[in-house]
Amino acid sequence: MTTTTHDHHDDHAHHGPAKGLARWLFSTNHKDIGTLYLWFSFAMFFLGGVFAMVIRAELFQPGLQLVEPAFFNQMTTMHGLVMVFGAVMPAFVGLANWMIPLMIGAPDMALPRMNNLSFWILPFAFAMLASTLFMEGGAPNFGWTFYAPLSTTYAPPSVTFFIFAVHIMGASSIMGAINVIATIINMRAPGMTWMKLPLFVWTWLITAFLLIAVMPVLAGVVTMMLMDIHFGTAFFDAAGGGSPVLFQHVFWFFGHPEVYIMILPAFGVVSAIIPAFSRKKLFGYSSMVYATASIAFLSFIVWAHHMFTVGIPFAGELFFMIATMLIAVPTGVKVFNWVTTMFRGSLTFETPMLFSIAFVVLFTIGGFSGLMLAVAPADFQYHDTYFVVAHFHYVLVPGAVFSIMAAAYYWLPKWSGRMYNETLGKTHFWLSFVGVNVTFFPQHFIGLAGMPRRIPDYAVQFADFNMVSSIGAFLFGASQLLFLFIVIHTIVAGKKAKAKPWDGAEGLEWTVPSPAPFHTFDTPPKVD
Amino acid sequence: MSATSDNHASEHEHYFVPAQSRLPIYTALAMFLMVYGAGSMFNAMTQGHDSNGEWIMFIGFLGLAFVLYQWFSAIIKENHAGLVGDQLNRSYVWGMSWFIFSEVMFFFAFFGALFYLRTFVGPWIGGEGAKGVTNMLWEGFEYSWPMLSNPDNDAFVPPHDVINPWHLPLINTLILVTSSVTLTIAHHALEAGKRKQLNIWLGATIVLGLVFLFFQAEEYIEAYSHLGLTLASGIYGSTFFMLTGFHGAHVTIGTFMLIVQFFRSLRGHFEPEDHFGFKASAWYWHFVDVVWVCLFVFVYIL
Repeated sequence: MTTTTHDHHDDHAHHGPAKGLARWLFSTNHKDIGTLYLWFSFAMFFLGGVFAMVIRAELFQPGLQLVEPAFFNQMTTMHGLVMVFGAVMPAFVGLANWMIPLMIGAPDMALPRMNNLSFWILPFAFAMLASTLFMEGGAPNFGWTFYAPLSTTYAPPSVTFFIFAVHIMGASSIMGAINVIATIINMRAPGMTWMKLPLFVWTWLITAFLLIAVMPVLAGVVTMMLMDIHFGTAFFDAAGGGSPVLFQHVFWFFGHPEVYIMILPAFGVVSAIIPAFSRKKLFGYSSMVYATASIAFLSFIVWAHHMFTVGIPFAGELFFMIATMLIAVPTGVKVFNWVTTMFRGSLTFETPMLFSIAFVVLFTIGGFSGLMLAVAPADFQYHDTYFVVAHFHYVLVPGAVFSIMAAAYYWLPKWSGRMYNETLGKTHFWLSFVGVNVTFFPQHFIGLAGMPRRIPDYAVQFADFNMVSSIGAFLFGASQLLFLFIVIHTIVAGKKAKAKPWDGAEGLEWTVPSPAPFHTFDTPPKVD
Repeated sequence: MSATSDNHASEHEHYFVPAQSRLPIYTALAMFLMVYGAGSMFNAMTQGHDSNGEWIMFIGFLGLAFVLYQWFSAIIKENHAGLVGDQLNRSYVWGMSWFIFSEVMFFFAFFGALFYLRTFVGPWIGGEGAKGVTNMLWEGFEYSWPMLSNPDNDAFVPPHDVINPWHLPLINTLILVTSSVTLTIAHHALEAGKRKQLNIWLGATIVLGLVFLFFQAEEYIEAYSHLGLTLASGIYGSTFFMLTGFHGAHVTIGTFMLIVQFFRSLRGHFEPEDHFGFKASAWYWHFVDVVWVCLFVFVYIL
């Protein structure tokens, strides 16, 4: 049952990957599973991207042109869900799978079969989620935050499948995170002490902790929804003594750590790339570790800043405002460390470095708008406007997504054994950079001017900036096709890459050949 | 931690990386069938039409049971074949520990909801505190816990009474706490190599678990048939059944795990210093025990 090849105790180092589809379906290899995660995430990035294009096309002009308002709501909801749970999170798990064992000198992930289970749940979960688009009543239409009672009393029947999709993708995340933690705690090569861990490994360790802590809370909140919908419980219904605000508390207790789950590994990626292309050690390594841990801790005590306008007591507004502002301190530590790493470095600007520098600058813009939103009285004005949309897209697109692209360019030579085309890579970067800013920067202004989020039509005074924003979005969307082309071109026809293609890069992953052999570090390396 | 690493350096052992396996993807497929079936079934139930959801769910469940049986058998065989070294064992230990932590957080969500509802929502709807203005929705509603009157008694018919903590729940508390003790005695017997004692005390633990579940079912029947305390009887019933229900589900899983360990013990599995399956089940059992003590205090008594 376990395997087609029988006895396997000590000889697995000698056989390569299985042939054909079986290699991918039944894999226990961290590199293959990492590849599966990355391609899956790429596919979801395009699916969520298509939804985004529908949204921006409808918003190109005021009035209703392309889609019904009901369908528009399904698009905003599915765009958010697919991007968060299908594109960004699996991309980072893919990077973790590929890089953590290589970075700590481990032969594989700690629990390889469970690793494959974590991956294969995802295609099923997202097939089920995507199929809701074709169900009677349509797909979920209540926003990716699925606030009750929109997602309970007023939800389409497909909400049940949404709930179960969330359940199994949560199981996938928890198992993936358990694997990451067990690997990092237990599988480090001799001499790879805690404060020698590459920062990507540190950030993932802390991310995995966050995942295990909050994915069960998400499971809890969707279970309460399920019970309210089908079994008459009163969790989110005040008529029975419950409260819709309870939904928001439980959801955001998950949701705020969740946004750090999507950004901490990005910090790790950037902390690997900036030193490599500055040809300097990362400035303030230990402060980076402590800052990451502080951000993770703070993420548990700030959730109600998403709910300033819902009517929480004054003391709550104050506490959550101040706690939220505290996050700026460790985040500032990180930004200054990256900048200081570049200071007087011997800089070169290959594609991964371009994406990383853009990350630092644009993520900081997203951080500052977050600080503005943290001010409770000001948030009464900004809440649920396009300013919020601009804010979280700045931290997620030129933040998380740019870091994933940076990582892809940086480690693609290690994965594929081939170099990408630098001119094409830079072209992709500049198109994305311009596209992202043209899309999201104007949204700050229309938000401050009062345009609400999640609407298919808007007042005419917002027309110009919306058109600009849509043009930017089309540019950004189209340039990702170039990214797809570059990746395929590299794998098929790229020039052979050296074991260490970046002269400033550090870490165990560069000590193995490119492409990394199917099995690496069967005997752990000695780290000094 | 660096000391541990140094140990590895001196005596490095080969970490067992399993070969290709069909188990994970079959597990994922079975999970999908289960939840897809459950979703179809629930929707059909609420909308009052027919579906074959329950059959899909049942097939998924059987498939999952079968695949997991194969999976755990494979792991046990690997251990008996000497493939599982100390390092892999530590991976299992960390894996189980973090899994239990995730379960803790699952219950934390429901306990958190209970505390929020009782501390804030209830008094507010009752007209007290910072958001007491919400009382205008149901003027005259007075909050008390347990809630024997709901804000809207037509939409949510309230219970006449709630479970008395000092009868069945107290007995159940004694049963579960005792079962943790008997399980620990069984564990000590295992470590001392006393197979017979192990079987007796482990068997006793299982019996206590089953008795607990029996009483819990009894209590539910009492609640539904005599007290009018149901899932749909307002927030008291909602929190009561969700918390005790998920706990009961976990006791069921825990009892099943212990039964598996019992049969493994009869077959001569486990060594005094190598019995992770037993240990993991015991940890899980102690975890459900601790959850019960919290339930007894916060759901039944207070």
